[in-house]
Amino acid sequence: MVKLLGALWKKGWRPALVLLLLLTIWEVTVKVADVPTWLLPAPSVIVLEGWSNFGNITHHLQSTIGLALTGFVIGCSVGLIVAILLHLLPGVREAVYPLLILSQNVPIIVLAPLLVIWFGFGVLPKIIIITLVCFFPITIAALGGFKNTPPEMKHYMLMAGANKLQLFSKLEWPNSLPALFSGLKIAATYSVMGAVISEWLGAKQGIGVYMTLASSSFRTDRVFVAIFIVMILSLLFFGIITLFENLLIKGRRKGA
Amino acid sequence: MGALEVKELSKSFDGREILKNISLHVEEGEFVTILGPSGSGKSTLFQLIGGLLNPDHGAISLDDDNITGKRGFISYMPQQPALLPWRTVLDNVILGQELHGTKDKVKAKEMIQKAGLGGYEQAFPEELSGGMKQRVAFIRALLSPQSLICLDEPFSALDDFTRQEMHEWLLSIWSQYKRTILFVTHNIDEALFLSDRILVFSSNPAQIANEFVIPFSRPRKQELLLTEEFLEWKRKISSTIVQNGLGGESDE
Repeated sequence: MVKLLGALWKKGWRPALVLLLLLTIWEVTVKVADVPTWLLPAPSVIVLEGWSNFGNITHHLQSTIGLALTGFVIGCSVGLIVAILLHLLPGVREAVYPLLILSQNVPIIVLAPLLVIWFGFGVLPKIIIITLVCFFPITIAALGGFKNTPPEMKHYMLMAGANKLQLFSKLEWPNSLPALFSGLKIAATYSVMGAVISEWLGAKQGIGVYMTLASSSFRTDRVFVAIFIVMILSLLFFGIITLFENLLIKGRRKGA
Repeated sequence: MGALEVKELSKSFDGREILKNISLHVEEGEFVTILGPSGSGKSTLFQLIGGLLNPDHGAISLDDDNITGKRGFISYMPQQPALLPWRTVLDNVILGQELHGTKDKVKAKEMIQKAGLGGYEQAFPEELSGGMKQRVAFIRALLSPQSLICLDEPFSALDDFTRQEMHEWLLSIWSQYKRTILFVTHNIDEALFLSDRILVFSSNPAQIANEFVIPFSRPRKQELLLTEEFLEWKRKISSTIVQNGLGGESDE
């Protein structure tokens, strides 16, 4: 743990310094130019607001985390299953791949109200939205990972008599893990964003709801509180995935 | 166990004949080398024996069982070690067994010891030198349950010093665990030093041009390379290659 913190410090002090510098410039500019709080609140004001109002935010936070996690798990599962199916059935892959890309061209903002019309204001349309934004990076990453299997290893496995399942489970799957984790990281950050967007559609609680309420009442400081929370949450998700990655892919990273 | 019989094998790709009427026989426990220029169709022959390709004509049988076009009947060591980078040496070595059911870690550890890789059981491939990786790849082939091992130019990527070391190592470990070996190379010294019998391939299309039975007694040591007898054999084989016009570049 101490080692981990040490590594974090060693790698993290540069970006932390830049961040601190940006916040300082922001703070000073707002103070010197006397910008009104409803237009652009100073970082200190945002932090204070977040601190004092935290009790009111927790239930929003819980709801969003729950939604994002559920959506992430379902989205990743769907993405992975799709990737495995497409990989094992090359014919289907050719037929479906263009559709997959098209599915990402439908703007979520347009799709969201439609989903509400079809599925109501419950959890289902929200989960669908998060799933839609999460599955794509997973599918693409996993497919790429499966395909990137070094040909000499594949040749060995075939010569040694591996069947299709063994080829997949012993070679293609473990070989795809680094690529898969890149996909998971993207999906993790998307899932938080997806959750917030889905909450705009109409929800009783959640950071998205808090955000809309704040912006419609010109509580710009609270909007920023929400923005920071979303950022921190994304970072946290990202960090957890990275942690799992380091635990799972130990051996092969030594040389890199 | 492990007698290989190849009968009148032919294979073409896009109308171009790669292998023409190849017949060969490998006795049980014999070390037979196919010597030929790069691109002479040696790898195609291996892919046919391994069942990755189907021949246009001919048949392959192992211990009188027809294995034409069937995979999983041979053990294989490729040119590049092709070790899985996320597996330790021990886990890599048992991969061949794993594909066919039974795992024997005790035997695997014993072989790793005998191969001079003791202490590296838990190391990952990237921590090993080129020669060590090829040792691991050979143990993997040796531990696989099949009785015939096919080696496809396994030492061609190594430097001369390591290669000579590997030759002696290979022979010593082979003498302990007798298996039938079909070896492919384009290196005359290598073929002479290792084999009981050498089949010289011509190219375009590949045919068996000559066959030599190598009389050197075993165990063979490095000193053999400089004996008059060895050099005589080398001249003999080189001259047949020159006669057959096999020394030139192939267009593959």
